[in-house]
Amino acid sequence: MKRISYETSTETLAAPFLERDGMMIDDGHRQNPRLPTVSSGDRQLDAEFRRSTTANSGDTVPFVVSAGVHHRGVLFTCEAEPIKSFGSSEKEEGRHEGKEMASCGGGGGGGCGSGCLRDGEEAADDVKGEEVGGVRGRRPPADRDPVLCSKCGEHAAFYGNLCGGCFRFSLFGKFKLAVTSKAMISPTDKVLVALSGGPASRVALQFVHEMQFKAQKSWDASKDQSLPVFGVGVAFIDETMFLRPSKEVEEAVEEIRCSVSQLAPPAKVLHIATIGSIFSADPEGGTASLNEVLEAVSDATGKEDLLHHLRVLCLQKIALDNGYSKLVLGSCTTTIARKVLSATVKGQGYSLPADIQYVDARWAVPVVLPLRDCLAEELTVLCHLDGLKIHRVLDQPHVGINNLVSSFVTRVQDDNPSRARTIVRTAEKLRPFHFNKVTENLSYEMLPSRVRRKLQSERNAEATPSEVLCSICGGPLSNSDIASLKASISNSTRHQVFAAQCCQSCCFQILPKEEASLEHFYSLMPPAMTGRVKDVTTCDYNHLRGRVGAASVTTIVQHINDANVIS
Amino acid sequence: MDGGEERRKRAVGRLCSICHEKKAALKRPKTLDQICRECFYAVFEEEIHKVIVENNLFKPGERIAIGASGGKDSTVLAYVLSKLNQEHNYGLDLFLLSVDEGITGYRDDSLETVKRNEIQYGLPLKIVSYKELYGWTMDEIVKAIGLKNNCTFCGVFRRQALDRGAALLRTDKLVTGHNADDIAETVLLNILRGDIARLGRCTQITTGEDGPIPRCKPFKYTYEKEILDYFSTECIYSPNAYRGFAREFIKDLEQIRPRAILDIIRSGENFRISSSTKMPEQGTCERCGYISSQKFLDVVNDKVVKVGKDFMNKSRAVIKWCKACVLLDGLNRGLPKFGIRRTKDSQKVGEHRVSNSETTVANFESKQCGNLDF
Repeated sequence: MKRISYETSTETLAAPFLERDGMMIDDGHRQNPRLPTVSSGDRQLDAEFRRSTTANSGDTVPFVVSAGVHHRGVLFTCEAEPIKSFGSSEKEEGRHEGKEMASCGGGGGGGCGSGCLRDGEEAADDVKGEEVGGVRGRRPPADRDPVLCSKCGEHAAFYGNLCGGCFRFSLFGKFKLAVTSKAMISPTDKVLVALSGGPASRVALQFVHEMQFKAQKSWDASKDQSLPVFGVGVAFIDETMFLRPSKEVEEAVEEIRCSVSQLAPPAKVLHIATIGSIFSADPEGGTASLNEVLEAVSDATGKEDLLHHLRVLCLQKIALDNGYSKLVLGSCTTTIARKVLSATVKGQGYSLPADIQYVDARWAVPVVLPLRDCLAEELTVLCHLDGLKIHRVLDQPHVGINNLVSSFVTRVQDDNPSRARTIVRTAEKLRPFHFNKVTENLSYEMLPSRVRRKLQSERNAEATPSEVLCSICGGPLSNSDIASLKASISNSTRHQVFAAQCCQSCCFQILPKEEASLEHFYSLMPPAMTGRVKDVTTCDYNHLRGRVGAASVTTIVQHINDANVIS
Repeated sequence: MDGGEERRKRAVGRLCSICHEKKAALKRPKTLDQICRECFYAVFEEEIHKVIVENNLFKPGERIAIGASGGKDSTVLAYVLSKLNQEHNYGLDLFLLSVDEGITGYRDDSLETVKRNEIQYGLPLKIVSYKELYGWTMDEIVKAIGLKNNCTFCGVFRRQALDRGAALLRTDKLVTGHNADDIAETVLLNILRGDIARLGRCTQITTGEDGPIPRCKPFKYTYEKEILDYFSTECIYSPNAYRGFAREFIKDLEQIRPRAILDIIRSGENFRISSSTKMPEQGTCERCGYISSQKFLDVVNDKVVKVGKDFMNKSRAVIKWCKACVLLDGLNRGLPKFGIRRTKDSQKVGEHRVSNSETTVANFESKQCGNLDF
């Protein structure tokens, strides 16, 4: 009998789970390990969710949900659902020679969280002491596969000492922790997931979908139906014009369309747009001007970066046009490690912390990165495990500096697999900006009081002074950049002001050096980008020039923020 | 640069882009300008002068020790500093300071170079050796501990040796020949290691200003490639592949975009390091009296402990030793691993804790007691 079990990994669990679920382990459960006990609504949901995921992964094994916890040699197994074959269960439980073990009934899910926590050490030790002589004495049969999952110890290890189920659960745990602890998705949100065809964004979509599915279940089950279910949409930026047109590319786009439509219920809208759409509504004209803009950039790295910034604007446009309130990107640890190094190498050390946080609310629609703690490799493995289709044909290779940085990250990653995490953790210690946290503007009447209270505390967070953002990359300008902006603010032409408001890095690698081509370049820029500086040109220069300090900066920022709404 | 000018240049065979008179002899690595050799020397020295003036590195009348390894960087530094000192009347007393690690075949050549520099530039030279400071040469240390942690010893000892030598010379400052490539590499390595405190410090042009002898790096913005006059021999004991990684990466970056090195340094300077980041405190070694902002180790009964980890420490006096003293003490007592593998030891304590519940309790308590600092 095949069993699927789900796990939470030791490092990803949050303290709040401990408080709520720490009481799971009690003697009553342990005495009757096979008694399915569901002690709270939450846990029931978890269990239901697991069943749904079991079904999703295409596995038709019976609904046996088990969650084991391995903590410093102590192992708990939580089982729900009656087990038909006594023999198999005994084998599975007795597999851990030399490990104390406690089994308890319950929905699994949150329950296993308690033991996984480092903070839960004491509890684990206590239970261990009582448990001696319980299930511990059973001996494993001799015909066991030696490499077993280090969490549940029941299935063969699949990736990084974890079996498929435990591995999947640990990844979902990281995602869920990021979403809940950073308040990324609230019930009233409408979430747009950016899908690129790569593994990270595919997993992001899958996880968001599962979360929505779970929320829908809970909504259906609840009496008052007070908490609404958040909406999910998918955006796919069609960049196939940069690829050699082939049958595979067309098929890939069609498969993406297909996979999104299969995710229902609740149904998800797929928005497909080209980057050209931010230049003009006419697709031909948009593509033409996009190409013209890219032609104007001589540096290969600059071209790639500009394309990235335009892509971000395009996603914002889709989100804004369709009334989404959050934009989910699949940026994973590896991507962010690359971003950290490439920003450092490009001299963007000041603005670097803005781009790597879980939440980036400097845009009209806040951007969230729930997969920030997952490695690219893990996500790829999960895609294989769950049969999620990855479309490598849509990949565009990195060039120039970005290419060097990616191969460097791959190299240090080979040297030490945790290196990408270290890089991200280092950058995490840099001071983030004020916009790197969620600011909600919800209608509070819709929400139940407990949610309302939480949001209010966030809202009362102190207001910090604003930053001037680079007109191309949107990165906050460093003090020296602002000083040069102030020096040149008297320039009368718009393109000069536009150029003055670029960070040094964008100035070097994107802006054309000569005046004439700069003017041409500016004329090609989409309104969404030039709009950021539009109001600076019309506002009072004397005021800006006169007061060199925070006040003038704030004024510029207000104007920029007003203009920042993407048309 | 319009097309016409460029064409004309090509016809003549490229003139120097600064003086427009002589034939361009080299492509300047930092800017890719085609310039003649004379202009390159002038620009090179001018830039270093500018860095010195803009950052107020020296005050008139100061005694300055130049850390001289005999390599290209320090040799060029000694030459340029003595030249600028005369040209611009800095009014500095310059000294050469070398460290003899006692590595056969490695330092011999470079010490010869330093001695040559002493005569060439007329700067007094002081050589401090590990043997006289610590009683051990590197060769003897390697014989005792093998090739595994030798670089730890060498680095810790050298750092202190330079400070001690500078103190012997009664100098006010110590200048080192770290160049822009070195600093960019250090920025990357600190990101890779997650060392936020060092990441904040490593781009400062002057460090240790609160200590007895500040150190500064006049070559902070000078590219390694530009430090032309070079004759270096690789250290025979340090095949440190990891440092090589980042170095190679920087060389690749420089090839695509020469300004990347300066960009990395600028990033390092602009990092928003939060004020709450713990910075190392300055202290005095209770064994040798060495003052430093380096990490001091807590020693109880001749054993290195981590305060708060070891539950025995509440009953015994904790002495603060500098790393060099700890390493040296280990060497002298025939325990070469002493003071190096602390992390592994604490892991062992962790394992022990799980298997023995009594220790668990004791350890848990000691965590609280340690904080109270009895």
